[in-house]
Amino acid sequence: MAKRKGLFGRDPAGPLDYLRKWPLLTVMIATFVFLYVPLLTLMAFSFNDSRRNIVWRGFTTEYYGKLFNNTDLMIAFGNSLTIALFSTFFSLILGAMVAILLWRFRFPMKPFYEGTMALPIVIPEICMGVAMLAFFARIGWPNDLVWPISLANITIAHISFTFPFVAVIVRARLAGFNREQEEACRDLGAGDWEVYRDVIIPHMKPGLVAGGLLAFTLSLDDFVITFFTSGPETVTFPVKVYSMVRFSVTPEVNAASTVLIVITVFLTAIAMWLQNKGAEKK
Amino acid sequence: MTDGAKTIIGIRSVTKRFNGNVLAVDDVSLDIKSGEFFALLGPSGCGKTTLLRMIAGFEVPSDGSVEIDGQVVDDVPPNKRPVNMVFQSYAVFPHMTVADNVAYGLKMDGVSSSEAKGRVEEALGLVQLPGYGERMPDQLSGGQRQRVALARALVKRPKVLLLDEPLSALDAKLREAMQLELRNLQAKVGITFVMVTHDQDEALSMADRVAVMESGRVRQLAAPRDLYEFPNCRFVADFIGKMNLFEGVVKSSAGSEISVGIDGIGDVRLPFDGSAQGKIGIAIRPEKAMVTADKPSDEDCLSLEGQVTQVAYYGNESHVFVKTASGLDFSVTTQNNERSVVAATNPGDRRWVSWRRKDTLVLAE
Repeated sequence: MAKRKGLFGRDPAGPLDYLRKWPLLTVMIATFVFLYVPLLTLMAFSFNDSRRNIVWRGFTTEYYGKLFNNTDLMIAFGNSLTIALFSTFFSLILGAMVAILLWRFRFPMKPFYEGTMALPIVIPEICMGVAMLAFFARIGWPNDLVWPISLANITIAHISFTFPFVAVIVRARLAGFNREQEEACRDLGAGDWEVYRDVIIPHMKPGLVAGGLLAFTLSLDDFVITFFTSGPETVTFPVKVYSMVRFSVTPEVNAASTVLIVITVFLTAIAMWLQNKGAEKK
Repeated sequence: MTDGAKTIIGIRSVTKRFNGNVLAVDDVSLDIKSGEFFALLGPSGCGKTTLLRMIAGFEVPSDGSVEIDGQVVDDVPPNKRPVNMVFQSYAVFPHMTVADNVAYGLKMDGVSSSEAKGRVEEALGLVQLPGYGERMPDQLSGGQRQRVALARALVKRPKVLLLDEPLSALDAKLREAMQLELRNLQAKVGITFVMVTHDQDEALSMADRVAVMESGRVRQLAAPRDLYEFPNCRFVADFIGKMNLFEGVVKSSAGSEISVGIDGIGDVRLPFDGSAQGKIGIAIRPEKAMVTADKPSDEDCLSLEGQVTQVAYYGNESHVFVKTASGLDFSVTTQNNERSVVAATNPGDRRWVSWRRKDTLVLAE
């Protein structure tokens, strides 16, 4: 019997060897090309020795130097980090509490509450941004506060659209909780507080890490909502980059974006490492 | 267990309704004696687990009350009751080491860490996991996790240890070993064990006394031997072990004998202490009957002729199914005492099924 040859002349592909069949291989390659080639191009051109982003003229790190000497951009970056840290912190608390509420308790109008809670996930960001703008203007939110209190309105806006993500993730995690663990904890002498501290919160932890990470990145790179809530003194990194792009797309913008990508990847790597470490310890 | 031992758990006319109308436990009263191994046995949904959870404090009786060591505990939350539970899923805390799991209850009680350390070691030794303290639960097998759950409950020295289907998640071999081990452990620590199970073998082989439950009620409460040999109703007779059950009508009863007309068998006299009238159940255990080629001559035996329909071979024993001339289905368990690859009975054979009068059960209910 003649030996059957598959793709690349190897053994024939098995029923689940999808990547050895051309249709899925094509999809995969296309995905990688359209996802990563633009990112790599952006990074490469941040080292381009030219004011313009079209032709490669040689390697330079000049724009990174410029970037770190650009005081406005650095202030914007500091603002972004501060907002992201605060909004993540409060999103985690709020999101975890909402998740516990929805998982644990029955109360009138629960489906209605659940729906309204998830609204910021589905509502177009532009609507949310305009709504925030109108709201803060209507209540007369002061614009001349000292830093970092001046960032409070952006932070509030960010919390309000990031905490539902935390709630959804943590609640999914709680759905897998074995209620017998809670009962065992009580049976061994624990009160309500100890049950949360020793059993429920440790169970929620991977959800909290994932939710917190998501909230952080959502806040860090949010443009639309921030654009409507930021004042002249409270510009964030994405808003600043946008204003730079309006004049011209210089390698400086590329450099700034590259720094943002590196930070995001770095943070994700740390979070994954922490999670793996927790899993190994088990 | 000794007769006259003091009552450690008193269930006093306890009724439990869920959502106002679903009756899970229906007016149950029973005493569990100090130091005994007590089993609650019944099919799923019979209320046995609900009863156990009411002892632990996870459910509150709708009516009646639960007493532990003479104290009514209906207002006492689970964390304040002197009982501990081993859960069906074991519920070992996955993020704590074995030692932290076992020490958890002691920590909640405010036991000093130096004393706790000694007691944890002792408890782990008791369940044959010495030196496992530093491991994480997911490094343990199912059987080992169960031992951790046992140690975690026993280390608190409860007055009563509650076990919810403790062996259901283990494979057959391990289950058998654990049955003996739990029995030995109970004898060693002298703590009252209350176990919930749907497995009659488990209940019979482990418990001192068994309460058979059905539809929220206790149908019979007896020692395993009494339960098996003298079931008090058709449900218990059928639920515990295998049983040939027939319908009969009482013709007359005098002294310690009763005359019964049995469908498909005819009028027979049976020894019976008690009173019964009208329709009754007649039951014969498969292993108490014999299958023979000829009609037995013994006067004390009742016999029926029939045809073998099926023979199921189990190695140590065989189950012979006979359809009698009168249309009754009879199953007989025969021991394969002699080494032979040739079956003594085969489908299609004509055989006599016989049993002693005194092995016949008369079930008034």
